[in-house]
Amino acid sequence: MAKLEDQRSTIYKVDPEHPETDTLPVLRTEELLLNMGPQHPSTHGVLKIILELEGERIVKSTPVMGFLHRGVEKLAEDGTYHQFIPHTDRLDYVCAMYNNFAYCRAVEKLMDMTVPERAEYLRTIVAEIQRIIGHLFWLGTQALDIGAMTVFFYTFRDREILLDWFDELCGARLTTSWYRIGGVERDFTPSLEDKIRRFLDYLPPKIEEYVIFLENNRIWLARTRGVAVISAEDAISFGLSGPTLRGSGVDYDLRKYDSYGAYPKCEFSVPVGKNGDTYDRYWIRIEEMYESIKIIRQCLDQIPKEGPIMADVPSVTLPPKDRVFTNLESMIQQFKLFSEGFDAPPGEIYCGTEAHKGELGFYIVSTGGGKPYRLKIRAPSFIHMGAFDHMARGYMIADAITIFGTYDIVMGECDR
Amino acid sequence: MEGVSLHHLAARIQSQFPEGFIKAKEWRGDLAVTVRREHLHEVCRFLHDDPAMDFDYMVHVSSVDWPDEEERFEVVYEVYSIRKRHRIRVKARVPEHDCEVDSMTDIWRGAEFMEREVFDMMGIRFRQHPDLRRILMPDEYHEGYPLRKDFPVQGKGWRDTFEFLNEGVG
Repeated sequence: MAKLEDQRSTIYKVDPEHPETDTLPVLRTEELLLNMGPQHPSTHGVLKIILELEGERIVKSTPVMGFLHRGVEKLAEDGTYHQFIPHTDRLDYVCAMYNNFAYCRAVEKLMDMTVPERAEYLRTIVAEIQRIIGHLFWLGTQALDIGAMTVFFYTFRDREILLDWFDELCGARLTTSWYRIGGVERDFTPSLEDKIRRFLDYLPPKIEEYVIFLENNRIWLARTRGVAVISAEDAISFGLSGPTLRGSGVDYDLRKYDSYGAYPKCEFSVPVGKNGDTYDRYWIRIEEMYESIKIIRQCLDQIPKEGPIMADVPSVTLPPKDRVFTNLESMIQQFKLFSEGFDAPPGEIYCGTEAHKGELGFYIVSTGGGKPYRLKIRAPSFIHMGAFDHMARGYMIADAITIFGTYDIVMGECDR
Repeated sequence: MEGVSLHHLAARIQSQFPEGFIKAKEWRGDLAVTVRREHLHEVCRFLHDDPAMDFDYMVHVSSVDWPDEEERFEVVYEVYSIRKRHRIRVKARVPEHDCEVDSMTDIWRGAEFMEREVFDMMGIRFRQHPDLRRILMPDEYHEGYPLRKDFPVQGKGWRDTFEFLNEGVG
C-alpha cells in the first residue's frame, strides 16, 4: 500500500501557488518519443515514424524514409529506355501495370509517337483492371490495419482472380512489364475478353457486400469518420493527388483533364468527396471501382477486333517476336535496340499519369542517344508523406496507421 | 527564340521580370521558362499569387547536373494550376561553388519534402528551408550526392564495408 502512495505522489503534485488546496491535483506531464517502425506490419514496407506524444495524442511526427531506396533514378541513367521498364515494376510493386503505363507514356511523349488504336484500348482495359486490383488491395489492408479483418480475405480472393489473368497475359502476377514503348507486348488470349466480361458482372455485388461489412462496423466508422482531415487548400498546397486530394473536394483527375489512352472515348465520372477525412477517401475508392467497371465495359464494346498492337516505328519499337527468330533484319534490330537503344531527340518532357494512388509522373531529360540523361520519378507516395505531420497532429497513436493507410502508401515507390 | 512568338504565360513573366527572365522554350507541349536564380523566388511567388497565373499545385521539384557547363546545376520546379488547368516548368541555374537557391516552402508546403530530396540527391542547398536534412540516404552518409554525374553507379565503397553483405563471399 505504501508503494502505491509513493507512485501517486510522483504522478500528482501539489499546485505550488496554492499548496493548501490539494483537492485538484495538477497532472505531471511529460512528452514521450516513440519510434514507430521501420518493421511495423502496418507500414506497408519499411517506414519509420518518430512520434512526439502527449499522452496518446500526437504532437509532432517525423517520417524517416529511405529504407527501401535502391537508386532507381541513378540506374535509369545507365540503361536504355527499354531496359528501364522492368525497374518501373518495382516502384509500386502492388500496381506494376500502371507504372509501366506511366513510363511508356512519358517516353512516347519524348519520342512524339502515337500508339495504334487497339493497343490504346488494351492498355486502358489493363490499367483499369490494375486500378481495381489496387483499390481491392487497399480496401483489404486498410480494413485489416484498423481492425476489420473479414474484408481482407474477400478482397484478396477477388484480387487473386485478376492477378491470374495478368499471369495469363504476360506470365507474371506482380512484376508484369507488359507495356512497351509504342504499344503492348502481346495481345489478349482468346478467352480473356469473355472472362473479363463475366468478372464485370461478378464484381459489383461483391463490392456492395464489402461496403455492407464496413458500413455496419462501428469500429470502422469510428476510426475513419473525421480522422486525418485535410482541407482542400492544404491538400493542394502539399501537392497531394489521386483519391487523397479528391477526398478533400478537389476535382483533379488527369484521366479527365489531361486525357490519354482510350479515356477520352469513355464516359465516366470523377467521384469527389466533401469532408476530406479518411471515410471520404474510402468512399471515393469504392466509387472509383464502379467507374473502372464502366470504363472497362465501354472499352470492350468499342475496341477494334483486329489491328496492330505495336506502333510501326522500326527505329524505336521492338520487332514482333516471331520475326526475330526467323528474319535476320529483325534480329539485328532487336539486338541494336537492346544494346544501344534508340536515338531520342534532345529535350525534356514531363508526363503525369493518374495511377490509382495519385499522379505518377516521369520527368525525362534527354541529350540525344539511347539513354536518358536524367529521369525523375514523381512518386505520389513520397509526396503524400510530406503531408503526414500536418495530418497526424492532434490524433491518437493508432490513427497514425489510418493515415498512411489512407494514402495507400507503398514504400517501393516512396523511396525509389 | 527570336521571331517566334512567346507563349502568353512566358510573355507575362518576361514583362513582369525583365531582368530575371532568361529564356522560354516550348517543346512537345511543355512550356519551360528559365530565370535567374536571384529572381526564382519572386517569380514563383508571382506565379502562385497572380490571379491570371494561379499556380497553386506543385507537381515536382527536380535537379539536373551538367558537369561541363559553367553553372553546373539546374533546379527545376514544375507547377500546375488546378483551376486554370495549365502548367509551367520554371528552371534556374546554380553554380557549383555557391550551390544555393531560395526555398519555396513558404509558397507551396509540399516543396519541403521535394526540396529535401533534391538536397539529398544533388547537394543543392535551399535557403530558409525549415528542415534541410537528408531524406532517402541515411543521415550519416558522407560520400556525397548520388545523382551527380561524377558519382559512380556502383557507389563509392561504403556499401562494401557492410559485413552482413559480404558474408560467404570470396
